[in-house]
Amino acid sequence: MTARLGWAPYALLLPSAIFLAVFFAAPMVQAFALAFEGPDGGFGLSNVERMFGDSSFRSALLTTLALVVLVIPIQFALAMSMALVINAKLKGQGMWLYVYALPLGISELAAGIVWVSIFTQSGWLNSILIGLGITDAPITWQSAETPWLLIGCVVIAEAWRATSIIMIILVAGLQSIPREFLEAADVYGATNWQKIRRVILPMLRPSLQVALILRTILAFQVFATVIALAGSGLDVLAGEAQRWATDIDNDNVAAAYAGLILLLSLFSTVLFLVLLPTREEHQA
Amino acid sequence: MGSNDRQHRWRLGAVLASTMLVASACTATDDASPSAGGTDGGGEGDAGEVVMISSQLVPTEEQETMRNEILADFGGTVEFIGAEPGPFNDQVRAQEEAGEGEISIIGGLDGEFSAFAADELLTDLSDVADELADLGINEDYLELGKLGTDQQLYIPWMQATYIMVARNEALDYLPDGADVNTLTWDQLTEWGANIEAETGERRLGFPAGEDGLLHRFFQGYAYPAFTGGVNTTFTGDAANEMWTWMQDTWQYVNPQSTTYGFMQEPLQQGEVWVAWDHVVRLVDALESDPEAFTAFPVPSGPEGKAFMPVIAGLGIPTSASNPEGAKDLIRHLLQPETQATTLTSVSFFPVIGSDLPGDLSAGLQAEADAVAAQQEADDALPALLPVGLGEEGGAYSQVFRDAFQQIVIDGQDPSGVLEALLPNLQAVFETSGAACWAPDPESDGPCQAQ
Repeated sequence: MTARLGWAPYALLLPSAIFLAVFFAAPMVQAFALAFEGPDGGFGLSNVERMFGDSSFRSALLTTLALVVLVIPIQFALAMSMALVINAKLKGQGMWLYVYALPLGISELAAGIVWVSIFTQSGWLNSILIGLGITDAPITWQSAETPWLLIGCVVIAEAWRATSIIMIILVAGLQSIPREFLEAADVYGATNWQKIRRVILPMLRPSLQVALILRTILAFQVFATVIALAGSGLDVLAGEAQRWATDIDNDNVAAAYAGLILLLSLFSTVLFLVLLPTREEHQA
Repeated sequence: MGSNDRQHRWRLGAVLASTMLVASACTATDDASPSAGGTDGGGEGDAGEVVMISSQLVPTEEQETMRNEILADFGGTVEFIGAEPGPFNDQVRAQEEAGEGEISIIGGLDGEFSAFAADELLTDLSDVADELADLGINEDYLELGKLGTDQQLYIPWMQATYIMVARNEALDYLPDGADVNTLTWDQLTEWGANIEAETGERRLGFPAGEDGLLHRFFQGYAYPAFTGGVNTTFTGDAANEMWTWMQDTWQYVNPQSTTYGFMQEPLQQGEVWVAWDHVVRLVDALESDPEAFTAFPVPSGPEGKAFMPVIAGLGIPTSASNPEGAKDLIRHLLQPETQATTLTSVSFFPVIGSDLPGDLSAGLQAEADAVAAQQEADDALPALLPVGLGEEGGAYSQVFRDAFQQIVIDGQDPSGVLEALLPNLQAVFETSGAACWAPDPESDGPCQAQ
């Protein structure tokens, strides 16, 4: 079989391999080289030490991890229910898909600004709360003095902005589950919850894995939403990389931050591959 | 040029810089009608295509204004490139390395030109300065533009500074006997406390957000006002006193300040009642409703009323492909009409002594009056923008933002934080080789942070 195909598969792979090598692998190697470039141009750990010594490093790492841990479960619960709504073939199914997918078309920064107009002191949320008589004075949501409230704002904005991408992956996964399986479950008198738990979720495992990996990598890169909502009040790893690259004009330390984000992404990817193995029979 | 000359220049510059904004603000307030004096330089003939790179007027809106209004009457084609400090430096230097290039005119800050001049990237513009003598460009600024040499390395272009603006309802809560024009920083704290006590809201405001200019507040306002210096008084009792004052004041500062970039927006929305910021970043509030806001000079500290004049200039690189066109553009930008357009469209104040045509709008008038009052104050203490830091400018400002974060937001003890940050500050001077600038005393060789 392989012999008959000859060089064709390699030729087909070549463009994407070149693309990845030029636009992904090469810059990645360069970034690592920058991160480990010593003051005299040779190899050295001074940039990494400077990153660890950066007064914002600890808070940036913790905030980023906190965001990953908080945002992803919320997004998966939401995306799963949204995908089930779409897959239930309700009236106006197409409309639901478009409404849910709307945030996909909005840039990260624009989404952040939209949420600023909601959370700012004179924003929509406080206007509504005051209008309903729930509070007398505007509540300050975006203050560095109440970091958990600030993180909460970012979590909500991120959940709104980036849930649809997971939903799309899950909808595709749901639609690939053969109807016979669900009909068989009906025959045996399975409840809806049992169908989700015993049939849909196991069959969705490959889609869930892809979505989890994709979403976690993106969560480690969270940036513009945080800048818009929290300003200098919340440090995240990508924000620190940007600050070192543009404000402080030190590409080496910025590269160290970028390298750290890459390592965290790789680690989480491996983790999901190990924790959620996809077995052949699920794809039958 | 010895380094002493250069240091002397900074000191001189700082003292002189202050006098000019006064003059310009006064001029701008004159009700002079048609353009008086001035040569007939720009706008005539064809200067060909001129490429201008500028570290000023970078926001998209300001770039549009520059192209469509300020450069509209120029007798040639100008390609205007607004660039952030990093790319700005890179592009100017890259062209120099290439030998010749399209960039024929540079718009930048005094401190940026001093770095270019150190590498001999600028041509002598003495002939242009002589020719424009009738415009009455301020002598002190022209002196500053010589960068300690006998050549005119840049021509002053426009200027700005930072002031305070309050919503008028805040004036009811001024401390007893306090005059808004002669406040002290302690009275500002008291004012904030009164507002908080009466309204239950923290309504002072600072631009502490990601793109806010809070670091300039410490570099040009708080530090000099409390310590009489910046870099040579970075630690010590007076510095501790300043930071303790900031910690106390922060109880009355809107906690959302860490998200504010331009203070005009929270002022307009009423989230903040009293704010400090750059004139360009306050003008929208004053213009939108001049009756609702009061512009006033910054308060004074124990060492005086410190403030930071921002002076932008125009220079021609030695590698320019169209130096004659660039000179025409300089003539155009300094005409009274163009200086007036610059003031009304982007809120940078003029550097020429000639009367400007037309009236000022109420908002700009309010700013001009506040600027004048600030500089005419008996205890005025001008502090220069960082000089000669080059690419280390960001790292320099980061030291002050780190100090703010750790002392004010995290509530740490000032003296410990400042001692810990001192090596970072010194590293900036060692890397850049920058000497101290006013109001710090002159230094031989790199500034010694203390």
